[in-house]
Amino acid sequence: MWRRERSKEKAKERLKLVLAYDRAKLSPGMVENLKRDLLEVLRRYFPAQEEGLSVALEERGERMVLMADIPLK
Amino acid sequence: MKARAIVVTSGKGGVGKTTTTANLGAGLARLGEKVAVIDVDVGLRNLDVVMGLEGRVVFDLIDVLEGRAKVRQALIRDKRVENLYLLPASQTKDKEALDPVRFQELVRHLLEEEGFDRVLIDSPAGIEKGFQTAATPAEGALVVVNPEVASVRDADRIIGLLEAREIRENLLVINRLRPKMVSRGDMLSVEDVVEILGLKPIGIIPEDEQVLHRHHPRGRAGPRLHQPGRAFGPQGDEPRRHRLYGHRPPHPRGRGAL
Repeated sequence: MWRRERSKEKAKERLKLVLAYDRAKLSPGMVENLKRDLLEVLRRYFPAQEEGLSVALEERGERMVLMADIPLK
Repeated sequence: MKARAIVVTSGKGGVGKTTTTANLGAGLARLGEKVAVIDVDVGLRNLDVVMGLEGRVVFDLIDVLEGRAKVRQALIRDKRVENLYLLPASQTKDKEALDPVRFQELVRHLLEEEGFDRVLIDSPAGIEKGFQTAATPAEGALVVVNPEVASVRDADRIIGLLEAREIRENLLVINRLRPKMVSRGDMLSVEDVVEILGLKPIGIIPEDEQVLHRHHPRGRAGPRLHQPGRAFGPQGDEPRRHRLYGHRPPHPRGRGAL
């Protein structure tokens, strides 16, 4: 059943994301750079490893946590 | 609300700090409190013109802080609302003239020696020196927010700064709500804003053309005070000032043009 996504839902999502970064005093750009640097380091140890690395901000109770997911083959 | 020295702040400009300060001041005065409202902007004067008192400004906040005038000379008694007094902002551009320590002393003096029950401090927008000075004497804060992303983001930042200053009695004023847009899902709801910011709202004020009309009347500017039981603006303010006292007013519904 088709349902128009209400614009406020989108606004709320954007807000929660931007506030997560603001409160952690990080910028999304910084996180991208971190991810890129992590990938480089990873390649030195696992030259074949390319896929699946993810780095993201997560809320854990009161704290903001930067989570890196590094699947090893 | 226990705090007697209250800073009215928002982060973002144009969300209704000054209108809120003026209205709440009038509302509290109507409830019998002796209230001083202080315009702490640097170089821009707003509270006086919103209250319709611009013609009576002689001395301002910087005159008092620098000893050129006594606070009683600078305070303007609002003739329409008993117990309401305004201390206008200075029109100097010199940010350094606003000394937080002296300002704090002034607020203390008003509360302890001049018999004021509340001091409402209209903070400028931003997070710089103007806000910092305005927040220095505060025991509590009213964070004015509009239900839209930029305002909520700035409010979140301001709340962080207030808590860092150990100002903990912080309450939300959600201003310029449009209930019809909220029901259509085109505007953040009160619940959304409260969930995101984590503060209790003491006032929910719908968008109201009448507020602007009261700023620009053909006659005299000022509040709709001659309407019995109301301060400035719509039903938002009557419920809000009662919330400061802990009563539970009904949630306003959108009706017509509000």
